[in-house]
Amino acid sequence: MSNISIQVENLSKMYNIGLAQQRHDTLRDQLVDLVSAPFKNRGKNGEESAFWALRDVSFEVMQGEVLGIIGRNGAGKSTLLKLLSRITEPTSGRAVINGRVGSLLEVGTGFHPELTGRENVFLNGAILGMHRSEINNKFDEIVAFAEIDKFLDTPVKRYSSGMYVRLAFAVAAHLEPEILLVDEVLAVGDIEFQKKCLGKMDDVAKLGRTVLFVSHNMNAIQRLCSQTIFIDKGELVEIGPTRDVVSGYISSNFYSTAPGEWIDLQDAVRVGTGEAYFDSLSYESDSEKIGFKPYSNGPVKFSLRIESDAPRSVSSVAVTIFDQYGTKLVNADSVSLGKSVELSKGSNQFTFEIDRLHLNPGVYIVGLWMAKTSGNVLDQIYSAIRIDVVDLEENEFGMRIDGAVTCDFQLITR
Amino acid sequence: MADHSPAIKHQTIIQPSKGWFSLQLGALWQYRELLYFLVWRDIKVRYKQTALGVTWVILQPVVSMVVFTFLFGNLLGVPSGDVPYPIFSFAALLPWNYFATSINKSSTSLVMNTNLVTKVYFPRMVIPISSVLSGLVDFGFGFLVLVGLMFYFRIPPSWTILFLPAFLFLAMLTALGFGFWLSALNVRYRDINYLVPYLIQIWMYLTPVIYSVTLIPEQFRFLLALNPMTAVVGGFRWALLGPYLADAQAPGNILFFSILISILVLVSGAVFFRRTERTFADVI
Repeated sequence: MSNISIQVENLSKMYNIGLAQQRHDTLRDQLVDLVSAPFKNRGKNGEESAFWALRDVSFEVMQGEVLGIIGRNGAGKSTLLKLLSRITEPTSGRAVINGRVGSLLEVGTGFHPELTGRENVFLNGAILGMHRSEINNKFDEIVAFAEIDKFLDTPVKRYSSGMYVRLAFAVAAHLEPEILLVDEVLAVGDIEFQKKCLGKMDDVAKLGRTVLFVSHNMNAIQRLCSQTIFIDKGELVEIGPTRDVVSGYISSNFYSTAPGEWIDLQDAVRVGTGEAYFDSLSYESDSEKIGFKPYSNGPVKFSLRIESDAPRSVSSVAVTIFDQYGTKLVNADSVSLGKSVELSKGSNQFTFEIDRLHLNPGVYIVGLWMAKTSGNVLDQIYSAIRIDVVDLEENEFGMRIDGAVTCDFQLITR
Repeated sequence: MADHSPAIKHQTIIQPSKGWFSLQLGALWQYRELLYFLVWRDIKVRYKQTALGVTWVILQPVVSMVVFTFLFGNLLGVPSGDVPYPIFSFAALLPWNYFATSINKSSTSLVMNTNLVTKVYFPRMVIPISSVLSGLVDFGFGFLVLVGLMFYFRIPPSWTILFLPAFLFLAMLTALGFGFWLSALNVRYRDINYLVPYLIQIWMYLTPVIYSVTLIPEQFRFLLALNPMTAVVGGFRWALLGPYLADAQAPGNILFFSILISILVLVSGAVFFRRTERTFADVI
């Protein structure tokens, strides 16, 4: 069975959250605890304070397979990658890995602000496990990919955040292990660069390498991964073809939220600089009889509250709608209106009025996106809320219409 | 290099480690390039954005030497044998400063590199080792000052100087042993950050840096042997100034015990480090 790349058997990781409450961060605490400990019923508390970040997870990955890993924040996705990349040890279970592992849990690990771009390429490459000769060979390619050749000998602390991230990703992208573990690193830089990164990931997959890819971006997961596992509360909920798993995840994990209410987005999974961010969101249609739910071919309004740390001009604010498989269907982007959006310091409110929502009844996911003129992402939420699109009136046959998008059409009989 | 040939299949088994296990010296060897880059980074970064650059490295021991010469040599009249007090103290300050810097840096090294520890895998020992190695550059500059002083005071080196690298090596091993202990402890107990500066200060007074071993009554000298740095400092003086110090002796018995203790600290430190290493990423 030489073509199994990764075999995971009952892998578990327990953290003692009791430790978090009574941290032994200083020796004194520990000494105090040592004296008082015998009088506490430690044995009993032991089980209760145990937190299983990952519990009895088993799966196999074939060589050359690209496996997606999805789940909510804190579900155990990153813990799984940390275990497989040997950063931390499992509490029980085991995993057998055939091949050299490269892990990308963060872009730019070990980058030093005082060092120049050139120096950081070598340092970062070595940290990621590349040999000096390997880095030398790929150096020009890396610099070209990052598009920073003019600033190669400038300390990276003078880089813009975009340049920094591009260089960091460029090094990582040229890592050539047999097995690559990637944790949500594509979500960086501007949209052009994101596309480039996705393209690079595609190439990696085509070269027959095994890739484990954690992401909240269902679009990327769909595009890159043939198989996907869905982890929730440390346990493996589902493993199978990406399409099925993603749709299962989406329908089970997003509560449909009521129209007309402000939905707090503080806890949403997001990326971006955060200089301005989406604070809350509400949506409604015009039809009271269906509780203001959006309906096929009807109007719908999305109201956004945006917090900004300073007055700024934003080139793009967008509401995106994905189907339950993560495919992007609608992208209402202010860019297409041809003018920038002015934000004042503090709270701002905007409403997107969509005249006709060309979606058939079903479950959809709404995402939000906001970017600067330079293209750098200020805030992006892949999955802010789930909405249910309904029919305004049941059609005569009571049949559900297949296909996500509606169109205006006539049937002409001759 | 095994990593370069695709024919050799790499297999990693990930499971909870139990009981005693190897020191992973093989893995350390595999990651020697990373070690090289970390040392290189330390050195590069140290001199960037400092107006005086390397001058700092020279200034520090020189200023100490001047102050000590004034206080202990002139005011208190600490005997320095047959050599001038400045060179007597500098010969000891050189290894001592190296040792103190190495301990200081290595004890905080893991915590300073938290981002590496929590995001990438490599044998963690690479980190304190790189701290101890990067201090050698400072030592090198200090050594140049020493050479200058020996010229100035017209003290030509004798054959004993050939033993200098051996004593430097002993200082390295000792620093590394304590570095393993302190850096691993520091991951869990930040107390180490506060402890180390005191430790170094007190340790210096317990080591014959500013005074000579001969100042200690014979019957108590065995206590000095418990301190590996006694042998290092004594060894440096002997190797550099041996023929000119009437009472300088090759640190015989003291050396033997010091080496023994250094090795003990090094091995126990390495074992302790390896045993706690698996939890670094979780508790740091």
